[in-house]
Amino acid sequence: MVAYLRRRLLQATLTIWAISIVSFVLIELPPGDFVTAYVDRRASQGIPLPAEEIQILRVRYGLDQPAAQRYLIWMGRLLRGDLGVSWIRGQPVSEIISDRLWLTMAVSLAAILLTWAVALPVGVYSAIRQYSAGDYLFTLLCFAGVGVPNFLLGLLVMYLGFVWFDADVGGLLSSQYVDAPWNAAKLWDLIKHLPLPALVLGLGGTAYMIRILRANLLDELSKPYVLTARAKGLSEIRLLLKYPLRVALNPFVSTAGYLLPYLVSGSVIVSMVMSLPTVAPVLLSALMDQDLYLAGTLVLLLGVLTVVGTLISDLLLLWIDPRIRFRGQS
Amino acid sequence: MNPPVLGTVTNPEPEEIEFQFETASSWQLTWRRFRRHKLALVSLILLGFLYLVVLLADLLATADPTRIDASRAYLPPQPIHLRDDSGFNPHVHPVSGDWDHRIFRRVHHIDPRRRLPVRPLARGYEYEFLGLIPTDLHLIGVEGETQALSLLGTDGLGRDLFSRLIHGTRTSLTIGLAGVILSLVLGVVLGGISGFYGGAVDTVIQRVIEILLSIPTIPLWLGLAAAMPRDWGVLRVYFILTVILSLIGWTRLGREVRGRFLVLRQEDYVLAAELMGASRASVIRRHMVPAITSHVIATATLALPAMIIAETSLSFLGLGLRPPAISWGILLQGAQQVQVLALRPWLLAPAVPVIVSILAFNFVGDGLRDAADPYARRT
Repeated sequence: MVAYLRRRLLQATLTIWAISIVSFVLIELPPGDFVTAYVDRRASQGIPLPAEEIQILRVRYGLDQPAAQRYLIWMGRLLRGDLGVSWIRGQPVSEIISDRLWLTMAVSLAAILLTWAVALPVGVYSAIRQYSAGDYLFTLLCFAGVGVPNFLLGLLVMYLGFVWFDADVGGLLSSQYVDAPWNAAKLWDLIKHLPLPALVLGLGGTAYMIRILRANLLDELSKPYVLTARAKGLSEIRLLLKYPLRVALNPFVSTAGYLLPYLVSGSVIVSMVMSLPTVAPVLLSALMDQDLYLAGTLVLLLGVLTVVGTLISDLLLLWIDPRIRFRGQS
Repeated sequence: MNPPVLGTVTNPEPEEIEFQFETASSWQLTWRRFRRHKLALVSLILLGFLYLVVLLADLLATADPTRIDASRAYLPPQPIHLRDDSGFNPHVHPVSGDWDHRIFRRVHHIDPRRRLPVRPLARGYEYEFLGLIPTDLHLIGVEGETQALSLLGTDGLGRDLFSRLIHGTRTSLTIGLAGVILSLVLGVVLGGISGFYGGAVDTVIQRVIEILLSIPTIPLWLGLAAAMPRDWGVLRVYFILTVILSLIGWTRLGREVRGRFLVLRQEDYVLAAELMGASRASVIRRHMVPAITSHVIATATLALPAMIIAETSLSFLGLGLRPPAISWGILLQGAQQVQVLALRPWLLAPAVPVIVSILAFNFVGDGLRDAADPYARRT
C-alpha cells in the first residue's frame, strides 16, 4: 500500500510539473508578447511609445530574458506562494481569482455530489427493474444527457427560465450578496443557487454513470452466487446490498478520477453561458490579452486542483477496494 | 453467435441431400450483427443523410448564406403557402422591414397581395456543384431571388438561417471527421508502439496519456486556440483547430489500441506466425491490424461526438472557427444572449442538428462496438 501511495504521489507531482510546462508554453505560443500587444494598442490610439520606453517595459516584465529563465522565475515565485501580478489589470492574481477559484470548485463539487446522488439510486433501480417503464424513462433521459452538450443545456435552461418564470436563472449569488463579505446568509444563498448549474454541468456524467452502474449490476445479478443467496432465503434488499452492489460500485468510484477533469473543463463553458462568477470569464479575457501571469496561473491552478481531486478519489478507492490495498503487500 | 460457415439444406429430397456452404468474411458477419441493432441502423442512415447534406450543401441551400439584408433582420420562420385561389401554387409573400421608433424594434411588413412562387430547381446564387460544375440551380427556391425564402427565419444581419445551418453542417461534420482521422493516426501509431514493444517506451507513452487525461481539456483547448493569430484565414484556422482537437483527443484511442495489442500479442496465431518466421512488420500488418480494425473504427465513431462538441464549444466561445466561416458553434453564438433568444427562439435551431448528430454517432458507435466483438453475447 505504501508503494502504491508513493507511486501515486510521484505521478501526481510529475503531472503537475507537466501541466506547469504546458501552461507556460501556452502563453508563450502566440507570436509577440504582452509588451508588443501593449505597444500595438498604444499605436492604434495614436500615441506610439518611444523605443527606450519599450525596452524599459521589457526589462520590467522580465521579457528580455530567455524563455527558460522566465519559466524558472515564474515557478520560483509560484512555489513561494506568490501568484504574481496581472499585467493588464495591475492587480495581484490572487486577489482577482481567490473567490472565483472557490466558486469554481464549489460548482464542480456540487456537480459530482449531484451525479452520485442521482446515478446511484437510478442505476440500481434501472438494473433491478430492467425493461420496466421507469427503466425506459431513465434510459431516455440518459440519452438526453449524452446527446445534449452541457453548454446547450445551460442555454436551454436559461431560455426556459426566462420564458416561463421571466427570471434570470443564471449566476451563483443574489445581487445583494455579490460584493458582501462571506457569512452564513451569503453561503446559504450560494447553496440555493448551486443545484441548477450543478445539474446542467453534471447531467452528462450522470447519464454515463447510470449506464455503467446498470450494466455492472446486471452482470453481477445474473451470477450464481446471487441465485444461491436467494435460494437460501436472504431478503432482496440485503441480497442486493451485501455483494452485488459493492462489486458494481467499484468502477463507479474509479471513474471519478476522470469525472473531475471533465467537470472542471465543462464548468468553464457552462460558466460563460450561465454567467457564473467562476474563473472562466477571467481566464477567457486573460487568454485573449496574453496576460501571462493571470492566464498561466489559472490554467495551472485548474490543472493542479484537478490532479489533487483525482488523487483524493484514488485514495477513496484505496479505502473501499481491498484488492488495491493488499496488492502492494503481497 | 453466428458460425463463420452456414450449412443450409437446399434440397429436402431424402436421396439427394446437398449442402450448400456459404462463407462470410468477418466484415459481412459484423454487418449482419450490426443490422440487428435497429437504433444503430436508423442512426447510420441518418448520418448518411447528414453527410449527403455536407456534399450537396449549396444545392440544398434556399438562399445565399452570406448575403446580408438589413430589412430582413430577425425575420421569423417564413411558412410556404401551398395553395392560392387558383389551386396548388406554393408561394411566399415578399417581406419588407423597417425600424419602429416607438417600440425600438424592427418590424416586418408582409405583403399578402404579392406572391413569390416557390419552385423546385430554381435559379439562385451561383456556386460550383461538388466544387466542379458552375451552376446556380437550387433544390427549391424562389426563381431568380437569392434572399426571398427563409424557412427557419434569419439572424441579426438578415442572413437566412436554414441555408447557414446547411453550410454549418458541412463545416462542423467535416472538422469532426478530420479531427478523428488525425487522432486515429496518432492513437494507432503511439498505442501500437506502446502495446507491441512494451517496456520503457510503453511506460513513457502511458504516462503521457495519463497526464493528458488529467488536464481539463477546455482550458487547454482555449489556450491553444487563443494562441492562433487573429489575422489567420478561415482555412488555416480550420486546419490548426483540427490539429489542436486531435492532439488531446488521441489518448483514448491510444489506450484502446494498446489494450488490444497487449491481448493479441499473447494469441496463439501470432506466436505461430512468429515461429514460422514471419517478420515483425508482416505479423503486425497481416495478423494484428485486421484483428483490431473493427474495434478501432467503433472507438473512433464514439470519439466523433466529443470532437463535434469541442468544435461547437470553442466556436461558441469565440475561440474556435471565426466568421466568415459558418459552423454550428458560430451559429449558436447568435443565441448566446437569453434576452435575444427569448424574442427570437428560432435562433436556437442549430442546436437540433448538434444533438441529433451526437446521439446518432453514439448509437452507431455502440452498435459497431457490439457487432465487432465476435464473442459478445447476443442481446
